Parts: sequence; C-alpha cells; structure tokens
Amino acid sequence: MVTRRDAVGAHYGLMDWLVQRLTAVVMAVYTLLVLGIALWNGGIDYPLWRLLFANGAFKLATFVFMVALLYHAWIGMRDIFMDYIKPVGVRLTLEAACVIVLVGYLGWTIQILWGQA
Amino acid sequence: MRLLERPVVKRRPVYLDLPRIRLPLPGIVSILHRVSGALLFLAGIPLLLAGVGCSLASPDSCAQLKAAFAHPLAKLVLVGFVWAYLHHFCAGIRYLLLDLLKGIELAPARRSSVVVLAVSLALTLIVGVRLW
Repeated sequence: MVTRRDAVGAHYGLMDWLVQRLTAVVMAVYTLLVLGIALWNGGIDYPLWRLLFANGAFKLATFVFMVALLYHAWIGMRDIFMDYIKPVGVRLTLEAACVIVLVGYLGWTIQILWGQA
Repeated sequence: MRLLERPVVKRRPVYLDLPRIRLPLPGIVSILHRVSGALLFLAGIPLLLAGVGCSLASPDSCAQLKAAFAHPLAKLVLVGFVWAYLHHFCAGIRYLLLDLLKGIELAPARRSSVVVLAVSLALTLIVGVRLW
C-alpha cells in the first residue's frame, strides 16, 4: 500500500517497467536488422547508406527505433534521478531538462529522416 | 535471558565507504549497465544523431566524418561508446531472461554475469580491431 506519493515518483505502476522491456526488444531487433544488412552486403558504403535512408520502410523502422530509444532513455534516466537525487526541486528540474532534451532529439531525428532530400 | 529476548544488535555500516564495498559479479554488471546507459544518454544519442545526419548530408560530409574518425583519439572514444552499447545490450538480454525466470539461481546468475562481461568485451575488441 502506497501511503505517500511523490510528484516526481514512478507513478507506482507496472507500465514503465513493461515499456522499458518492450522498447529494449524493439531496439535489439533493429540492431540485429542493421547488423544483418551490413553482414549481408559485406559492409555498408556511402551509396548503400544513402539507399537505405531513402527507403521508406527503413526510415520508419529507424523512427520506431529512435522513439523506443528515447522512451527507454527517459525511464532509465528517471530511475537514476530517483535513486541518487533526493531533493524534489533538483530532481524535478533534472527530469524536466531530460524530457526537453529527449523531445529535441526526436525533432532532430525527424529532421534527419525526412528533412533532407 | 532467553535467546529470543536478547536485543538484536546488528552491526550495520553507518556510512558508505565506496572503496570498501566489494560488489559481486552480477552487481558489477548491474552498475555498469547503469553507467553505460547514462553515458549513452548524455553523449551517445547526440553523437549518433550528429554522425548519421552528417554522413547522410553529402558525400563530402561523409568523407569528412570518416577523416575525423581516422584520429586515434576519436577511434578510442568511438570504441568506448561501442563498449557502452554492447554492454548495455548484453546485460539487457540477461535481465530479460532473468525476468522470464531463466537462470535466477545464484550459480547460473553468476555465470551469466561473467558471460555478459566477456561477450561484450570480446565484441568490443572485434570492433576495435576492425576500426584500426
């Protein structure tokens, strides 16, 4: 029974625990996919690299990987802050900074994937 | 005084003396999982995005990026991040298996932590050799 709830707590649910594992599996599958492409072609040179990122399905897979990575990073960093940063104000500031940075990374990802011709 | 009534005095450390703490192998894997994760968040993701963005921008920028990574120091940093990714990857798979109740006894858990450390270092070595 939870008797005290922190504004910057884990919301005491199973959700984040589960998401951390699901995003891990998504990233592992993508990593093996890229590794497989590299091994299949005996390495990746510039033309193949461009070709890969011109492919809509690969772009989408990369986007899903990045969303999984950023969500995974959020839960991981929040766990670290919860373990080591005790003052609520400092923790909240760090968590907010972390979220802003991660959303920025998401924008950067979209720019890279769909911003360039 | 009967045994049950004796006051329990547990000798607990009143402070954490970090150099005196001897972590067991699974504990070392665990803290390295955390350290590698933080490292990947703080520097790994921006470097990955910068690298991929730069490599895709033009053949020239891709060649420039390659030239920058010809420097031994840059290669060393890159190998560091490769290790962080591989350790986080291998330790993560171990945790997924532990969640599925595979190898949760003490002996297999110790063995799998050795495997995580060894495999991630071996793979890092392979990548490092290929880079040089």
